[in-house]
Amino acid sequence: MLELKGVSAAYGSVPAISHVSININAGEAVGLLGANGAGKSTTLRAISGLVALASGSISFDGVDVGSLPPHKIPELGIAHVPEGRQVFPEMTVQENLEIGAFVPRAKAERARTMELVYDIFPRLAERKRQLAGTMSGGEQQMLAVGRGLMLKPRLLMLDEPSLGLAPVMTDVTFEKIAEIHKMGTAILLVEQNVSRALSLVDRAYVLESGRVIMHGDSEDLANNRQVQAAYLGI
Amino acid sequence: MLETVAQAVINGLLIGGIYALVSIGVTLIFGVVKIVNFAQGEFVMIGMYISYFLATYFGVDPIVSLLVSMPVLFVIGVLVQHFLIRRVLGPNDMPQIFLTFALSLLLLNLALLLFTANYRTVHTSYSDEAFHFGGFYVPEAKLIAFAVAMGLSGALWAFLHTTDLGKAMRAASQNRDVATLMGINPNRVFCVAFGAALALAGAAGSLLMPFYSAYPFVGQVFVLMAFVAVVLGTLGNVLGALVASLMMGVAESLGIQFVGADSGLIVVFAMLLLTLAFRPQGLGGGRMR
Ligand SMILES: Nc1ncnc2c1ncn2[C@@H]1O[C@H](COP(=O)(O)OP(=O)(O)OP(=O)(O)O)[C@@H](O)[C@H]1O
Ligand SMILES: [Mg+2]
Repeated sequence: MLELKGVSAAYGSVPAISHVSININAGEAVGLLGANGAGKSTTLRAISGLVALASGSISFDGVDVGSLPPHKIPELGIAHVPEGRQVFPEMTVQENLEIGAFVPRAKAERARTMELVYDIFPRLAERKRQLAGTMSGGEQQMLAVGRGLMLKPRLLMLDEPSLGLAPVMTDVTFEKIAEIHKMGTAILLVEQNVSRALSLVDRAYVLESGRVIMHGDSEDLANNRQVQAAYLGI
Repeated sequence: MLETVAQAVINGLLIGGIYALVSIGVTLIFGVVKIVNFAQGEFVMIGMYISYFLATYFGVDPIVSLLVSMPVLFVIGVLVQHFLIRRVLGPNDMPQIFLTFALSLLLLNLALLLFTANYRTVHTSYSDEAFHFGGFYVPEAKLIAFAVAMGLSGALWAFLHTTDLGKAMRAASQNRDVATLMGINPNRVFCVAFGAALALAGAAGSLLMPFYSAYPFVGQVFVLMAFVAVVLGTLGNVLGALVASLMMGVAESLGIQFVGADSGLIVVFAMLLLTLAFRPQGLGGGRMR
């Protein structure tokens, strides 16, 4: 469904990722792991068109994503929940969700999708009219994920959804992601919490200094000595 | 004494409505596009000349000519954003400051060239009429201007809070990249914001015409007040700009009444300095409310 071929991207003259090749099949859950600064967020930003490709290509269901202006990419069904939540702070919870369904593919079913999101995250339903910026970090994270779901995505990309959350909230977040995956949405999960991520995804890629240095099934990676030493502290 | 104060407050509120139209435009552009439009006053001037010429040559009432000045200025706004501002948006604000400043000077000098420095007035049937409410004097033209200004401000607020495009505009003002992730085209939103802001400036011009003279420098009076109101009301906050504009109208009017005819601005700037000293974030708080 999603295929990155030899994708490189840079911020100014500083290269951030080079020759990254990744593919995700429909309905699959895939992890993108790596240390700070490895290029995980940049990879997601390249897919969403927020950073320009220096070389390589990205296709989604045969559509050349790299040639589209960034605001046309969500219409394909790619939702990107950015790092650090980034809800719209001066808008209410409900308005944030409405904006999540801005594109035509989602707008028609907005009311129904919103009910679904409120079912998954009852806490959001209790706080419909609250300004998003006044919610707790965990609540904002739920809202960011909920806002991504409003697109009715075929691929949901999550950038460190557990960042800064207490262990209990992390558990809840991972449960919800598993729930969303079970409904048939493909997931691309960026995580620092490698053991948790590996227990959720089917496969994963490991990035180091902007390059893919390893990829494989979650189980194989979890048993891999190099991964254990670098990320699992075993 | 009390009655003089009340009358000054009424006068101030009435002109404050016009200030609000100008300052809401400035704050909308600042909030969404993140630039300071130094040329906003010149678009008020253009609105005034549109109404002046329509009234003088076609006998169109200035208030009615709002139906022309607003769409014309909306289109000008979209074009200015699309062909000029868009090119200078970036991490560095100097090009933006010079661009809108140069635009202001260009329009001013064009107006001097085309229309000369003469004061132009339009006399309507209601220009000299006034209502008398319990001893207070309320000029009809100013009351109409105030009412329409409040209506337009309310309409903009409703647009921002109830329509998808308006919400997209607020979203883009709060986080441009994430708005793009929602499928919002920032350039389109910026064009609409700039167009709407200029349409409000055009409306201010038309509403002024029955009781104020048009001349090339007229925009400077209003843009000065607008910038103060925008700072007082918290940059980017529409409701804050509205409230601050009304307050400044009142402050100016009280200044004229009690300090001296030329001293209205002293009170206004004293307000600005006090606010910056004690509440530098402005009286509003938050933005794009
Ligand atoms: N806006 C930016 N401008 C310049 N360089 C950037 C920018 N964003 C990221 N970089 C650089 O690009 C490289 C990859 O960053 P990226 O954010 O993709 O890493 P990451 O794997 O997501 O890290 P983290 O786990 O800390 O979020 C880093 O060297 C980083 O310093
Ligand atoms: Mg990151």
